[in-house]
Amino acid sequence: MSPRVRFWGGLAIAAALLFGVAPALLSDFRLNLLAKFCCLAMVAVGIGLAWGRGGMLVLGQGVFFGLGGYIMAMHLKLSDAGPGGVPDFMLLYGDGTVPGWWEPFRDPVVTVLAILVLPALVATLLGLAVFKRRVRGAYFAILSQALAAAFAILLVGQQKVTGGTNGLNGFQSFFGFTLSDPVNKRMLYFIAAGVLLLMVLTVRLIMGSRYGELLVAVRDQENRVRFLGYDPAVVKTVAYAVAACFAAIGGALFTPVVGIISPADVGVVPSIAFLVGVAIGGRATLLGPVLGAIGVSWAETSLSESFPSFWIYFQGALFILVVAFLPNGLATVGRFFRRRRAEPADPVAPEPEPALETSGKAS
Amino acid sequence: MDALVSQLFAGLSLGSVLLLAALGLALTFGQMGVINMAHGEFMMAGAYTAFVVQGVIADAGVSLLVSLVIGFLVGGLLGLLLEVTLISRMYKRPLDTLLVTFGVALVLQQLARDVFGAPNVDVRAPAWLSGAVDILGVGIPKTRLFILALALLCVLALSLLLKLTPLGRRIRATVQNRDLAETSGISTRATDRLTFFVGSGVAGVAGVALTLLGSIGPTLGTNYIVDAFLVVVVGGIGQLKGAVIAAFALGLLQAGFEYSTTASIAKVLLFVVIVAFLQVRPQGLVSVRTRSLA
Repeated sequence: MSPRVRFWGGLAIAAALLFGVAPALLSDFRLNLLAKFCCLAMVAVGIGLAWGRGGMLVLGQGVFFGLGGYIMAMHLKLSDAGPGGVPDFMLLYGDGTVPGWWEPFRDPVVTVLAILVLPALVATLLGLAVFKRRVRGAYFAILSQALAAAFAILLVGQQKVTGGTNGLNGFQSFFGFTLSDPVNKRMLYFIAAGVLLLMVLTVRLIMGSRYGELLVAVRDQENRVRFLGYDPAVVKTVAYAVAACFAAIGGALFTPVVGIISPADVGVVPSIAFLVGVAIGGRATLLGPVLGAIGVSWAETSLSESFPSFWIYFQGALFILVVAFLPNGLATVGRFFRRRRAEPADPVAPEPEPALETSGKAS
Repeated sequence: MDALVSQLFAGLSLGSVLLLAALGLALTFGQMGVINMAHGEFMMAGAYTAFVVQGVIADAGVSLLVSLVIGFLVGGLLGLLLEVTLISRMYKRPLDTLLVTFGVALVLQQLARDVFGAPNVDVRAPAWLSGAVDILGVGIPKTRLFILALALLCVLALSLLLKLTPLGRRIRATVQNRDLAETSGISTRATDRLTFFVGSGVAGVAGVALTLLGSIGPTLGTNYIVDAFLVVVVGGIGQLKGAVIAAFALGLLQAGFEYSTTASIAKVLLFVVIVAFLQVRPQGLVSVRTRSLA
């Protein structure tokens, strides 16, 4: 099978499962869970692009997930409150007035534009500031993590305008559709599944382009790319911004699907947890991050319900075993065995090991 | 004047805590390029060591001094175990060590939760550390002074170790040029292991010191790990001097921001300042000059 056939085949199966099998077989409750997993998988697709293909260890995707989620939540809160109304939690904690920077989000168009543009803008600014000065590798990872820490602390600290630790919740409607109606819940699921497939397609297009080649080249030999006349900082920033945008869309859909967004979804630990699925599924593959993210979230939901402490051990062990011994993820297990059988006629050249930074020194 | 002195001291105190948390990292991350996310959990292990030791030795003063020693050994041995089993296999993949050690951190945290229970526990401070000392008209808690002194003592001990002992020479040689050190007959593998032992041991000491500031829980380490890494990034790698300056600078800055705004906005401002600082000095405050490509 050529990679092209494999990709389209995989995508067709995924589409059939998401749009045909799942809605037919799953209860409304399970379908809503699957919608949530799809939202988390969107973050994973972005991480797959930035980390798997671009070699940037993004430890702070929770920030962009949170930005998208909170922007959406602000709009939902404001539209629940009605024209000129004040969201309930502001009456409770604040002085009963809506702060000026909340006002634009009454408008649905502004909200959607903000979700698409604002997080990508933040990522672009941070990316250019960091990559232009050739701060990278471990240093970039730590900075992105510090951003997540600062963002979560900010959200908790500004309870009057962000709901604090409780986050924003209790949404009634989604762009005019009542959220308590099961039909609308199903609609949300279809939106999430559709957007997820679109994102996978987008990454596929990006990776097939000249830019995609450049991104992988920057990951493997940044200096050579620089000497060829390209600016690696720009190449990396674009991938980082796309990943941020994907995470924000995931967050924006997560909010109405789950019904709450809180600092617990965006801090340091959830930001790293996004990486588990990507690492397990295969960071540099196309469908690996999606399958990994959905699989891990599913395992978390089913295991942590009955054995909460076991789940944490399991998650820790997964991290250790997969990253240490199977750095290319489970998606490459098949290739691993195929190589064992030593078929000289295999037309699919095995993807080279991602040559990650060999030195943590930014000198 | 009073406000200034107390702010200044709040900054120095915060800086000394950051320094204790970051010293071990400056060794392991700065000198070996390994990101150990479980460093915070080694601190947590040190803190629980103090709790256990106090269960055996009732006298708070004696138990504190004993725990400082045992805390160092507990942290160090945990670090050694981690180095031998996992990290030694992954020196070529420093970013992946971050994820693996995060998995270790998760496991250690849950282990602490299962062994000691999720609620926080308290360690009694000795009588000679209760109360405050009057400096320039401002009452300064003795525990804070003790931690400041302990941090400086650790810096002194580590710099003596690096400057005067054969191990220190080997560490410095390995940092400056690993290949050349190896060809000169230094076992870089053994050096790495010892560096990791010492660095993680300092984390254990830091954990014991933190028990003086408040109750301790399984997530003790996560509260400090991000800030500790920022100290190392700002300080630059290869020399302890950078970490010392960065820790106190960040401590003073954060205390200053907290005084003029709120604690949560202070964190964001601090982050902005750090990114801006890296525009000027991407290699950190102090760095070993190399001719390698950046």
